[in-house]
Amino acid sequence: MNAPKNRVDIAYYPGCSLATTAKENNRSLIRFCNRVEINLVELPDWNCCGSSSAHSIDSDLALDLAARNLSLVPKGMSLLVACPNCLLRLNGARLHLKNDPEALKRLEAEFGRSIDADMKILHFFELLATVDLKSLEGPGLKGLRFVPYYGCMMARPPGMMDERPEQGQMEAALKSLGAEPIRWGYASRCCGTFLSVARPDVVTPMVDDIIKGAVKAGAECIITACAMCHMNLEVRHTISKKVPILHFSEALSLAIGESDKDWFTRHLIDPRPLLRSKRLISQ
Amino acid sequence: MNVTRRDSDFGKKVIERSGTDINRCLHCRCCGGGCPFIAAMDPPPNNIIRLVQLGMKKQALESSTIWSCVGCHTCSIQCPMAIDIAAFMDVLRGLAIEEGAKIAEPDILGFHQEVLGSIRRYGRTHKLEIMLRYKLKTRDFFGDMNVGLKMLARRKLDLLPSKVKAMAEIRKAFERGKSRALQIVAEKGENP
Repeated sequence: MNAPKNRVDIAYYPGCSLATTAKENNRSLIRFCNRVEINLVELPDWNCCGSSSAHSIDSDLALDLAARNLSLVPKGMSLLVACPNCLLRLNGARLHLKNDPEALKRLEAEFGRSIDADMKILHFFELLATVDLKSLEGPGLKGLRFVPYYGCMMARPPGMMDERPEQGQMEAALKSLGAEPIRWGYASRCCGTFLSVARPDVVTPMVDDIIKGAVKAGAECIITACAMCHMNLEVRHTISKKVPILHFSEALSLAIGESDKDWFTRHLIDPRPLLRSKRLISQ
Repeated sequence: MNVTRRDSDFGKKVIERSGTDINRCLHCRCCGGGCPFIAAMDPPPNNIIRLVQLGMKKQALESSTIWSCVGCHTCSIQCPMAIDIAAFMDVLRGLAIEEGAKIAEPDILGFHQEVLGSIRRYGRTHKLEIMLRYKLKTRDFFGDMNVGLKMLARRKLDLLPSKVKAMAEIRKAFERGKSRALQIVAEKGENP
């Protein structure tokens, strides 16, 4: 399939992490989409999806917060959600509303906007599957040896078993751009998520295990699908061997010759020496 | 452990609220076997299911297990009976607050309070403020200082919150929360 000739509009939900701590994830994603003629239309006045804390305490609040975002999606448009946790919350709310017409009616009345419970909510990987990566000009990834890290939010609760799994797509996309994926055992291991704040004693050994796994596999870098995982891996590791961690969107943009040095100075583990040695960046 | 003090309706209530039938549990212990957080859990997840089945409310609600679960779904994927264990844990946390049970992991609840407080104030999470308020609440001023400074230096923490315009819609969501847990948590989140 060829890259779309005409610009495609798609509603875009960045979420709190991409809007703040992981701006480099957001910017590289937008940059890549621009190059492949996908126009991301940020949801006007979006709110937090509820994150892990809302459903941890009150499932009603979690539903309402997620549903408000669904009510903001322009009619007939698909919604791209960049963060796996937000995706799980928003898609979970959509499925709930599809099976609970009463809640749907109540929320539509509350917000004064209609909600399409059949709308397509996409992860970036699904969108990427429609792009012919090989036709894109750029330096490619020059044999960059990476381990893919999806984290746990790509995992599906039993109620979402029928939704498409994303595992494998990162390897396929980056391999077609010249990188070399390495199999390892930690691709879907949980990073510790929010327990990183209240129980760093629990999360640190988990993160160290993941980094050690990457070192053992002989990876030059870890490539993450989730901004939250990216942060936990960078912040909580204690082992001395530093493995750079790239956002998936950064790797894609690098492959097509797009990058901004401002992205990489926001990393706690500086990826620039590796990227320079691979001649993926010049400065 | 006093097994004579049972709440025979407890299991039913949990099943209703969570929409997952824990009576399907075979106690094969796959859930605990694969759980990345098992070291922080006492007792393991299937024992919590057993406690709830037996109506031993206090023991279930006062366990550390329900707070150490982050809902990563590793267990749900492994469960041969497709029990949504994460949804089950969600319900138990809410009930623990509602019933005034002794919270085994007050810092974890404290973190959730700060996140929800931030969403209630701004509609979005403001991470720097969440961290500062959390530190104030737990009176742990120096732990993680290093991490915080590194994040500030790398411009990971915005100084000012980004705020939703239609805050009335956000407030409505918080008012509706049918569980008392939310109200208790939200009030405490406002006044640490």
